[in-house]
Amino acid sequence: MSLFDLWSSTDDPTEETPLVDDEPRKEITPSPAPVDRAFRGATRSAAVADLVIMGLIGTFLFIRAMPAWHKAGWSFFTEQEWLPESGRFGIGAVLFGTILIALIAMVIALPLAVGTAICISELVPDRIRRPLISLIDLMAAIPSIVYALWGFFFLQPRLIHVAQWLSVHASWFPPFKVPSGESASAYASSPFIAGTVVSLVVIPLVCSLTREVFSQAPQGEREAALALGSSQWGMIRTVVLPFGKGGLIGASMLGLGRALGETITVYAIISPIFSRSTHILETGGNSIAALIAIRFPDSDSIGIAALMAAGFVLFMLTLAVNTFAATIISRSRSGALTEI
Amino acid sequence: MTTVTAPRTTVVPATADPEREVRRRPGRMDEAAWWTVLGAAAGSLGMAWLFVERLLPLSGRLGFLLVWYGCFVLLYLVASAVQATGESIGDRLAVVACRTAGAGVLGALVTIVGYTFFRGIHALRPSFFTQTMGSTGPTNPLTQGGIAHAMVGSFEQVGLALLICVPLGVTAALYLNEVQGPLARVIRAVVDAMSAIPSIVAGLFVLAVLILTLGVNRCGLAASIAIAIEMLPVVTRASEVVFRLVPGGLREAGLALGSSHWRMVRDVVLPTARPGLVTAILLGIARGIGETAPVLLVAGFTSDMNADPLHHAQVSLPLYIFTYVKYPQHTMITRAYGAALALLIIVLIAFVTARILGGAPPGQLTRRQRRRLERAENR
Repeated sequence: MSLFDLWSSTDDPTEETPLVDDEPRKEITPSPAPVDRAFRGATRSAAVADLVIMGLIGTFLFIRAMPAWHKAGWSFFTEQEWLPESGRFGIGAVLFGTILIALIAMVIALPLAVGTAICISELVPDRIRRPLISLIDLMAAIPSIVYALWGFFFLQPRLIHVAQWLSVHASWFPPFKVPSGESASAYASSPFIAGTVVSLVVIPLVCSLTREVFSQAPQGEREAALALGSSQWGMIRTVVLPFGKGGLIGASMLGLGRALGETITVYAIISPIFSRSTHILETGGNSIAALIAIRFPDSDSIGIAALMAAGFVLFMLTLAVNTFAATIISRSRSGALTEI
Repeated sequence: MTTVTAPRTTVVPATADPEREVRRRPGRMDEAAWWTVLGAAAGSLGMAWLFVERLLPLSGRLGFLLVWYGCFVLLYLVASAVQATGESIGDRLAVVACRTAGAGVLGALVTIVGYTFFRGIHALRPSFFTQTMGSTGPTNPLTQGGIAHAMVGSFEQVGLALLICVPLGVTAALYLNEVQGPLARVIRAVVDAMSAIPSIVAGLFVLAVLILTLGVNRCGLAASIAIAIEMLPVVTRASEVVFRLVPGGLREAGLALGSSHWRMVRDVVLPTARPGLVTAILLGIARGIGETAPVLLVAGFTSDMNADPLHHAQVSLPLYIFTYVKYPQHTMITRAYGAALALLIIVLIAFVTARILGGAPPGQLTRRQRRRLERAENR
């Protein structure tokens, strides 16, 4: 029962409320002017247009994928090969690859993004905070094709050595095993490198969202913690982080949604294979988005339908992840008006 | 004081002397802390050299840096353990980890921008912005060929996308924040979900509707519709936040003067929010101009100038980069980097203009607004 309900229930005309004089109560029903009705109608239709576009995207992808659904049936979700011409195609391998690369990206991005967010919102002096915020926002605005170029030409040659070192000295951890040998080329174009580049695309998004939540932690509680003798990190651990937990989860889910759909960076790095490989340091992997970009130019009509089906699955996946994230974030959103 | 004071008078403790009391700043590093960090850094440099060059099977600059960092954390912990007690050692470690994360992210940003700059600067010359690739082959020298057609394509596609998504996005934001109709919660959730649509899915959608169903040929307009789908949630959310920052008192003043809702929105809300709206649009541009995946599917590729977005293939900057970077020739890769640098500069200009006009990024209060809020809270 909201405050409004309480209020209206006491205003109930059946209750005995002392009236001033015996005048009948005046009913005020707002009747918007025609121009207002038009204004509301116009804004409503623009808002509904968003809804319609989302619906259309799902519907059209689904309809255009019909031939593929018919041909592949339920095996579409388990089949690992991608040979639409011969009727054997499915997202068994690429869906796995999509999630694998996104998870690698999140494992790298989360600590870096949250650390940076804490650093910016709590640790740096006030005067360099705003420039740093601008830099992170600028990082979010850099096109992913630039990340892809940088990842391929700058980062990959350096990361290969790290991957090699990991596979030699940490191969007791199963995903770090590289069965295909010792040469440096066996470590190029791996899910690990693709995930690292994707993580850099995701970091600014997660960082700016979490920083915003952290900076909203109540000032009074911060000061209370410090006044009780807590160190600065103690204050962060006991006040800021618990306060920002919801936003942190939501932001990382949003980042995951972004990582799942990242196309160009994965396309630039990965060398496509069609099997489920858990050796993340070894050459070869795939993701749905990269598959669409790679296979699109040489696809015939059934091939396009199959790509539409893959796109539909990716759409539903990101939609689910994102709706979940949005519900979490909206619970921790402060939506109050600014008052003067 | 040399005289003996009377036994019953109150003696003010010496530390309460306001001249000598130093303000405590939690988290601010004092001189000892600085020396600890410097000492640990110097010591770990030596240790790292010893490990990398003499003891461990490691090599390379990156390996050296990683080992140096590991040694630094170790030494810093030991030094802290000598100086301080249990709790604060963990604190220092956490703070160092956070600062490292921040420095790492900043370092990545610097190398991304710097690397693109140094690779691309060789291609940039005035003719690079005025010529097309129409008569330039992969083996031609860098003095020939350019990105004129790609820039025209990019600007036209983003311009058309703006024509589609700005009216739609700003009006939808008005619905969310000014009308606050019954659907607002649902729409807000949908817009949030829309911002996560992978750009390749937006491209597939336009492909499915325009090209496969309606039979339109690949053209700039198809690309701009896909870009508009990607920009729409950015513009909607950013302008909604801007509208939320318009003081409620102004709205009530407008309504109290007897204006209609629409009149109030037109004469009060929109003018107040104008700089913020420009910021929202510029952020949308920065997002839209870099979209590669949808353009790849629906715009087609050409090396000639095509200023007509309605017919025939039209290339844009991301697609230009994407295509030419796959050539084996060094000159083509340099051209791609030149285009990437141009793209980066355009994004930077849009971004800096947005900052200057908007003052603060949408969703964040300016210093003045924050101070005003604080004053209101303290009242």
